[in-house]
Amino acid sequence: MAKDLVEFRNLETHFQTPAGIVKAVNNVSFKIREGETLCVVGESGCGKSVTAMSLMGLIESPPGKIVGGEILFEDRDLLKMSKRELSLIRGKDIAMIFQEPMSSLNPVLTIGEQISEPLILHMLMDRKSAKKRAIELINLVGIPRAEKIFDSYPHELSGGMRQRIMIAIALSCDPKLLIADEPTTALDVTIQAQILDLMRDIKKQLKTSIMLITHDLGVVAEMADYVVVMYAGKVIEEAPVLELFKNPQHPYTKGLLKAKPIINQVQERLYSIPGQVPNPIELGNNCHFHDRCEFCMDICKVKAPPFKAHENQEHKSACWLYEEEREVL
Amino acid sequence: MSASASPITENTNYRPKAVDSPWRTAWRRFSRNRLAVIGSILLVLMFIICFIGPFLSPYSLLDYNLKFKNLPPNSSYWLGTDYLGRDILLRMMLAGRISLLVGLVATVISVIIGSSLGAFAGFYGKKVDTFIMRLADIFMALPSLPILIIMGVVLSDLQIDPKQRIYYLMVIIGVLNWTTIARLVRGQMLTLREQEFMQATDALGLRDRRKIFKHLLPNTIPVIIVTATLSVAGAILSESALSFLGVGVIPPQPSWGNMISAANNLIDFSKRPWLWIPPGMCILITTVAINLIGDGLRDAMDPKMKK
Repeated sequence: MAKDLVEFRNLETHFQTPAGIVKAVNNVSFKIREGETLCVVGESGCGKSVTAMSLMGLIESPPGKIVGGEILFEDRDLLKMSKRELSLIRGKDIAMIFQEPMSSLNPVLTIGEQISEPLILHMLMDRKSAKKRAIELINLVGIPRAEKIFDSYPHELSGGMRQRIMIAIALSCDPKLLIADEPTTALDVTIQAQILDLMRDIKKQLKTSIMLITHDLGVVAEMADYVVVMYAGKVIEEAPVLELFKNPQHPYTKGLLKAKPIINQVQERLYSIPGQVPNPIELGNNCHFHDRCEFCMDICKVKAPPFKAHENQEHKSACWLYEEEREVL
Repeated sequence: MSASASPITENTNYRPKAVDSPWRTAWRRFSRNRLAVIGSILLVLMFIICFIGPFLSPYSLLDYNLKFKNLPPNSSYWLGTDYLGRDILLRMMLAGRISLLVGLVATVISVIIGSSLGAFAGFYGKKVDTFIMRLADIFMALPSLPILIIMGVVLSDLQIDPKQRIYYLMVIIGVLNWTTIARLVRGQMLTLREQEFMQATDALGLRDRRKIFKHLLPNTIPVIIVTATLSVAGAILSESALSFLGVGVIPPQPSWGNMISAANNLIDFSKRPWLWIPPGMCILITTVAINLIGDGLRDAMDPKMKK
């Protein structure tokens, strides 16, 4: 069993809004092991990105605030670190790829300057060796004419190339953890496949752990070792990828899996989970999925289900269907 | 009917166009703007005349010859002489050196102060922002000419050597002018700091200083350049105004402003126009040229104007 690299323990990130407190991340706990790809799945607004942002310390406060919990990175709590300590880790040990490659590069600096920057800052390289390494990195992410690209500006590159550059920047200091926040959402399908292949190769070559945030189950199936499903700020199910696809427990996960198209099968309409994500303001202490769930029971409306393993120790979920206590009420 | 399609052959004449850096694009647009080009040529000419011209003159700054005083333009004194028999042309060129220098240095000072204060205000926001912008408001509320005059008088009171005086003037004019640039830079910063690439620099663990000076300020350079160009003209005018009033550059150091003050004297004004028309024309040409350049730069650097 690989060592734990990151552990979220009861993380709570809240946002103050005029209408009330939004618990964007509500008591989330999971682990990322070394060399493993962990996918966080869930629909928009379920707290995936906020979880990653909390890890990077990028929550804007106000309105956001991490009110509780711990994020252990190699057994050190990131939330208790000073700004200075954090900036030594960010970019070096933990790197991030953003969703929008078009706007994540500074338009007035050349690609070369932007790739060399973390190298000079974290690896203490001089300009010359940073340039050499930057060109290596551009080659590594599969862009030809690296020398030329080194001197170009972001607007001269296509979206896919920019995302590759973002990956190159993220990889520049050999991070232990790579956070990819929907890295393929803004790209078209063929480029998506290329970027995912690239990330998989990199994981193999460099043994980097990846935390991949996505809402595309196809991507999950392709990339993940381990999957965390989130809904309305909570983790509702986590399992190794094969186990999850074979044997989903939570009705929400089942719904998600049912909602994806199947090749070679004519479907008039894709299945969709009825209802909408609940308004995140002031959610009660119950199963947040209860009003959309076809197996909803009385207890679901008044009490939140515990999150624990049922048959398989590696497979945890939060649903009353698998609890004995449900009979009590 | 048969349509014959020629096979697709590789176009050997096609050579990938060299990609344009933002600077080159701006330069291309600028060089297409006729007025801006005229402005630049005038300004360059002015610089050449002022900085090289004096070496070709047979006279020197402190030469005077009362025998030839108040001569109208003639073959040996092209622009005539003043009441001490000094060559107007030479004095005008030397004055130009000082005026242009004052304009440039004062602008550099105000750009440095203005852009860094504006950047800090926009980047940190909150209290820093309030403090710096209220300070800017105070500076803006003070009418600049009276302050300049007071400062000039203070300089005279301290009996500062006329040669050193211009340096103090540069600093004073520069310091009083920082507010416009600070405001513009702050406004730009407010929008830039929310951009996604700034979040990316956060994720890279960059320090604030590096974020501000390496990532944010370069994005505001177009604004800074345009404002700075226009403020060069302003600084030259301020200096001229001060010197005209006798509290700026003082004789024997010539400056366009203190040469024009000859026009204070009714006889000189009506009978000897060669005393004050040449420096006046110089001020006019220089400021108009600089303003044309500024306008041209603004059009060239505006990213919204794509041609």
